[in-house]
This record gives sequence, C-alpha cells and structure tokens, in this order.
Amino acid sequence: MREIEAAAITETVARLAVESTHFLPEDVEGAIRDARETERSPLGVQIIDEILENAEIARERMLPLCQDTGTSVVHVELGQDVHVSGGYLIDAINAGIEQGYGEGYLRKSIVENPFGARTNTGTNAPGVIHTEIVPGEELHIGFMPKGGGCENMSRYQNFLPGDGREAVVDFVCETVDLSGGNPCPPLIIGVGVGGTAEKAMTIAKHSLFRKVGERNPDPEVAGLEGELLEAVNALGVGPQAVGGSTTALDVFVETYPTHIAALPVAVNIQCHSARTKHAVL
Amino acid sequence: MGESKAITLPLTDEVIEGLRIGDHVEFSGVIHTARDAAHKRIVAMANAGEALPLDLRGQVIYYVGPTPARPGQPIGSAGPTTAMRLDPYTPRMLELGVKGMIGKGGRGRAVREAIKESHAVYCIAVGGTGALLNRHITSTEVVAFEDLGTEAIRRLEVERFPAIVVNDAFGGDLLEAGRRQYRTSSRPVPIGGGGA
Repeated sequence: MREIEAAAITETVARLAVESTHFLPEDVEGAIRDARETERSPLGVQIIDEILENAEIARERMLPLCQDTGTSVVHVELGQDVHVSGGYLIDAINAGIEQGYGEGYLRKSIVENPFGARTNTGTNAPGVIHTEIVPGEELHIGFMPKGGGCENMSRYQNFLPGDGREAVVDFVCETVDLSGGNPCPPLIIGVGVGGTAEKAMTIAKHSLFRKVGERNPDPEVAGLEGELLEAVNALGVGPQAVGGSTTALDVFVETYPTHIAALPVAVNIQCHSARTKHAVL
Repeated sequence: MGESKAITLPLTDEVIEGLRIGDHVEFSGVIHTARDAAHKRIVAMANAGEALPLDLRGQVIYYVGPTPARPGQPIGSAGPTTAMRLDPYTPRMLELGVKGMIGKGGRGRAVREAIKESHAVYCIAVGGTGALLNRHITSTEVVAFEDLGTEAIRRLEVERFPAIVVNDAFGGDLLEAGRRQYRTSSRPVPIGGGGA
C-alpha cells in the first residue's frame, strides 16, 4: 500500500491545467506542420500558418492557446494499492482545477443549473472526472481542457447489428460534414464503437488522449482508422471549413464488446488545439 | 502569408461592396464584443422598446469571451466562438444596424439571407488562435453588461486584426463553395456547408 497526499494531487492538477492550456503537444504541432506541406488550398495554408504562429505566441508569452480553456475533463487511473490521504480524491482534483484556472488566468466556463439560471461557478470546477481502478500503486492523471465548440458537435447513434463497418464510416463522415467549421478543423476525431450508450461515448472521449499517429493495436480497428481518415479528408471541409484537403489530423477508434441487439456508435470531436497533459504520481 | 485587404473601421457600404468570399482582410479601428448572453439581452431590450447600451449602427460585432487579462495587459486570449449559436438573434441585430460580424463556423440559411438583405458581411477569425489575436487588440473597455463577466460587451481597439470573408453582401458562402471545390468524396455536399 502506497500513500499519496491529496495536496500533491491538487498541485499536480493545477500544474496540468496551466501547462495543457499554454503548450500545444508536440505530436499535434508536428501533425499540423506536416499538414501545411500537403494542404491544397492556399487559404487553408494561410490558416495553418496562423495556427502554428499562435502556438508559438502562446508558449512564449504565456497566453492560453485558445480563450476557451474548456471543461476540465480529468481521466484518473488509480492503482488499487494506493491510499489517498489527507482528503477525498475528487475534492483534491476539483481544488486543483480551481487553483490552476485562477493562477493561470484561464477562463472559467462552467455554469450551474444548465437549464436554469446558468450561474458561473467562478472556478471552472467541477471537472468531468472519470476514475478507473487499475492494478499497481501509481496514480495516473490525464487532463484535457475540452472546448465547448467541438464538444457541442458530439453525436451518438444506435445502429442495427447488421449495419456493420459501413454504418460507422457513414456516420462519422456525416457528423464531420454537418459540424463544418464549428469544431475548429483540422480535427482529431474520437470514435467509440460498442458497449452501451455511455460506454461508447466514454471510449470515444478517452481515445483523444492518444498521440497523433498512434494506432489501435487491433489491426482490423487500425484499418478502420485509416479508412476513416481518408474518407473524412475527402470531404473537402478543410481548415476552419473554408475548403481544403486537411479536415482531420487523425481518427482514433476504440471498441468494446456489445449486446447481440446493439451497434452503438459515438463520435467525440477534438479541435486542432488538441490539448492534453499527463502526470504520474 | 497571402495577400490581405486592409480595412479601416467603421465598415462603410462602399467597403462592404468590395468584399467577396475568401478575401483575407485585416481590420483596424473599433469593434464590440458580444456572445450568447449579451445577444439575448440586447434583443430582449430592443423588443421591449428600451434604449440600448450602445448604438449598433455600422458596428462590427466580435463573438468572443476572452480569458482574464494578466496584470498590465488589455485582454487575455481572445479568439472567436461558434457563430451559429448567435443565429437566432442575428437577423434582429442586423435590423438594429450591425454591419459586420466576426466568429467561427458557418451561418444558417435565415442569417445568410438577412446578411444579403442588410448588405452586411460575416467573417471568421481562425478559431483556436486566441493568443495570436490577442496581439492585434490594443485596448479594451467594458461598455455594457459588466455583470456578465467574460460575456460582457467590450469595446476593443484592434490593429490589423486578421479575418476571412465567409458570407458577403451578395449571398456568397465560402464554406459551401470551398467544400465543393476541394471535395473528392462522392458523398453529397450538405446545404450551406453544414451551417444550415
């Protein structure tokens, strides 16, 4: 049994909030740089240049990459041999969100009473926190400040079991086509297939923690990822939807066993400011 | 960087006449910010016959909710938000005299028609470039609805603020035209480039 102090978790989450919102991950920036070389639209290239310049300014001047510093999505993997002392895990994470968003001059975008008064909580807490119990004595924290524009373009549908692979491709293409410029292309697209409604969306979201270019270990699923990326980029949506050959930088597919009656498909879209940051305690 | 058209605000009818979809422009002068909550309030006030907190005639409205400014800075990160969410209020805003809008993403059919009828223009700034756009905002002042926090109406002075014309005064729609031009897929293009 290993002890981890709640205060250390709070400090770590605060640091992840600030770093993730200011420093574009290297794999994402690299993929955008690569796209600049293949983009067919001159206006698209100009947009990509502005995106790259933005990453540089954010880094050098400590300005958030995007004014939408997101819903704080936190994916926690807690080793079953860890004991959190000095406080409750979830409270410690939310305190870290409050600290990071305050110290980092980040936008507080979370409101209470979603269909009512919509009063800002003033702290960006609570985060959307997913916890998983895993073997071992480490605590993994994945932090994703998820923008509202791209999250609003999430879609879910139940297909007939016999609809198969083609239904997945059609649904993803339709989702990208309908979302246009709203989710800020070039995109990273998370797709969850199987499980139940909430499982499909959860694995779609979790896939967005992958690095660009990281394929699903199952060759059949990896093949679908390649097919989807090609199909999406053939749509011509392009950077910021002005038309072009770079609509997505990558497509990640995760699957889970499902019911004999079901073929759930969830799409969770990430913008080009694909901000994630990990820490291990 | 490609070529850009330099535009000094306010937007005149003559300038709008010369703008076409796909033009890269750089605005210098004064613009005002407003997003969901401010739009809702302005339209409610106008419909109730109340005096508005600012004269919207000839204005350019920027759909933005910035991050808090660090000490000594005029503003924080300040990129555009999704324009489609303001669609329900936009025809009324155009009636009240708004001539230009800056956001991200496409507009619905009713707004596209209202833009053409009002001889106005809708531009996008590149979404997710709030740090770069911060460098083009030289001063800021809250002029109305301070209680709305990040959603308050701010008067911004901008210098060479980069944007792209998406809906011009002649009914053009860049998102639909661009998608047709670069599409290699056999799937049919959705009407309005998905903004319908």
